[in-house]
Amino acid sequence: MGKIVAYTGNQAIAEGMRQINPDVCAAYPITPQTELMQQFASFVADGLVDTELVTVESEHSAMSACVGAAAAGGRVMTATSAQGMALMWEIMYCASGLRLPIVMTIVNRALNAPLNIHGDHSDAMGARDSGWIQIFSENAQEAYDNLMQAVRIGEEASVRLPVAVCYDGFIISHSIERMEILEDEEVKGFVGPYQNLYHPMLDIAHPVTYGPVDLQDYYTEHKRQQVEAMKNALPVILGVAEEYKKLTGRGFGYFETYRLDDAEIGMFIMGSAAGTAKEVVDELRATGIKAGLLKLRIFRPFPYQEVTAALKNLKVLAIMDRAESFGAMGGPTFNEIRSALLSLKKPPLTFNYVYGLGGREPSLAEIHKAFARGREVLTAGKAEVLHDYLQVRE
Amino acid sequence: MSESKLKGWKELPIGGLILEPGNSEAYNTGTWRTFRPVLHPEICTHDLFCWLYCPDAAILVKEGKMTGFDMKHCKGCGICAKVCPHKPSAITMVKEGEAEEGDKGKETK
Repeated sequence: MGKIVAYTGNQAIAEGMRQINPDVCAAYPITPQTELMQQFASFVADGLVDTELVTVESEHSAMSACVGAAAAGGRVMTATSAQGMALMWEIMYCASGLRLPIVMTIVNRALNAPLNIHGDHSDAMGARDSGWIQIFSENAQEAYDNLMQAVRIGEEASVRLPVAVCYDGFIISHSIERMEILEDEEVKGFVGPYQNLYHPMLDIAHPVTYGPVDLQDYYTEHKRQQVEAMKNALPVILGVAEEYKKLTGRGFGYFETYRLDDAEIGMFIMGSAAGTAKEVVDELRATGIKAGLLKLRIFRPFPYQEVTAALKNLKVLAIMDRAESFGAMGGPTFNEIRSALLSLKKPPLTFNYVYGLGGREPSLAEIHKAFARGREVLTAGKAEVLHDYLQVRE
Repeated sequence: MSESKLKGWKELPIGGLILEPGNSEAYNTGTWRTFRPVLHPEICTHDLFCWLYCPDAAILVKEGKMTGFDMKHCKGCGICAKVCPHKPSAITMVKEGEAEEGDKGKETK
C-alpha cells in the first residue's frame, strides 16, 4: 500500500485531486495556488481524470460555477489563495448556505495591501464565519491526508457542508518533502462514488428550487440547521480519521498534542510553524523545562471542549496567531482559545503572539522567545500585555 | 400565515431548498397591499386590458369575462386601474380599511 514520493504541497494536492477524480473543478490561478491548478489542468489535458475543468474568468466565477455544479449533483473541488479567496467571499456563503459539500484547498497567503504573496492565515481566518469546515495542515503529507478525509467529511449526510483544506503558502506549497501517497485504487475505495442523495437539480423527475428568498419567517431556522451540521461534523471527523488510519496507519484527531501531558508551559499553534515549535519544545525539555504544544487541525467546527480538556493542566499558554484581527483583544484563535479556557476553575494564564505575517517564518530563536515570555508570565502570575508581536521591529 | 403553522428547523429541508415545485401560489403576497382594486361592473366591458397588464395573475377571468381579483396575490400596484381604457376607469384603487363590504374581492382562486 502507498508509495513514497518527493512532492511539494501543491503537487501532493494535485495528485490527490487526480486520484479523487472529481466531476467538476472550476478554478482561477493565484499565487501560491497556481502550480497546483496548473498540474491538475495537465492531468485533465492528458486524459488522466474525467473532471470537467472550467477555466473561469475570476474566483467569483470559480466558486459560482462550483456551486452550480455541486447543486446539479456533482462532486466538486477547487483551490485558491488570499485575494482569490477574498473574491470568492460572497459565493462561499452560498456554498455553505445551500449545503453543498465542495472541497476547496486554500493555500494560505497574506492579503494585500501592501502586496505580499507569502504564507499567513489571514485569508482563511477572515472566512472563519462563512460556514465552511476548516482543516489546517502542518506539511504536505497532512495536506494530502486532510484532502482525502475532507471529501468524506463534507459529503456525510448529517454534515453536507463545504470543506476547506488549508496549508501555508510557499513553505508548504512550494517545498519538496518526503511523503507517502495512496494507490489510486485505495483512494477510489476510500472516497467512494459520489452519491448525491440530497435533491440534486439534475434529478429532473423531482424538480426543486435552490436559493429562493428566505425572509424573517425562515432564515433563522436555516442558519440553525447549519450550526447543527457543524456539531454533527465533530464525530464524523473522528470516524473518518479512524477509517483513514486503518488504510494508512496515519492517525488524526481534532488536534495533535506534543509533550503536553505533564507540561507547564504550553504553546497553541496552527500550520507549518508547529514543526519549528516542536523542535523548540524538545530543546526546552532537554534543559528540564516542562514545555508542550497543541497544534490545532480542525478550526471549524472548533472542538472547544476537547481543546479545553487537553490544555487544562497547563500553568501558562502562549497562543500563536498567524493572522491579525485589527482592533480586537488579540488574534482570532487567541479570542477563541482564551474564551474556551475560561470555563475551567483554574485556567492557565494566556497571552497572544501574532507571528509569521506575510511569510515571515518564525525561527527557533523566536519560538524560544515566546516560551521565555511564558516563563516570565508564570513567575509574575499574570500577563501584563495580552496581545503582542513576536517578530516586529520597533 | 400564522406563526403556529411554520415549521421548525428540524422539520425543514436543509439549505433553504423548496422541494415542491410551483408552491409560490401558496405564498400570501396579498398582505403587502396598501391599496386594493375595486371593480365597477357597470363600466367594465371585459376588454381584459387589466388581465393583460397585471404583473401577477391577480385578475380573475371566467369564460372571457373579468370577474374580480385574486386578493391573496394582488399587491395593489394599481396598474389595472391605470390601463383600463374607460373614463372613468372601471377599476379604482381604495385604501385598505376604507373599502366597503362587497369591495373585498375574492381571497383565493
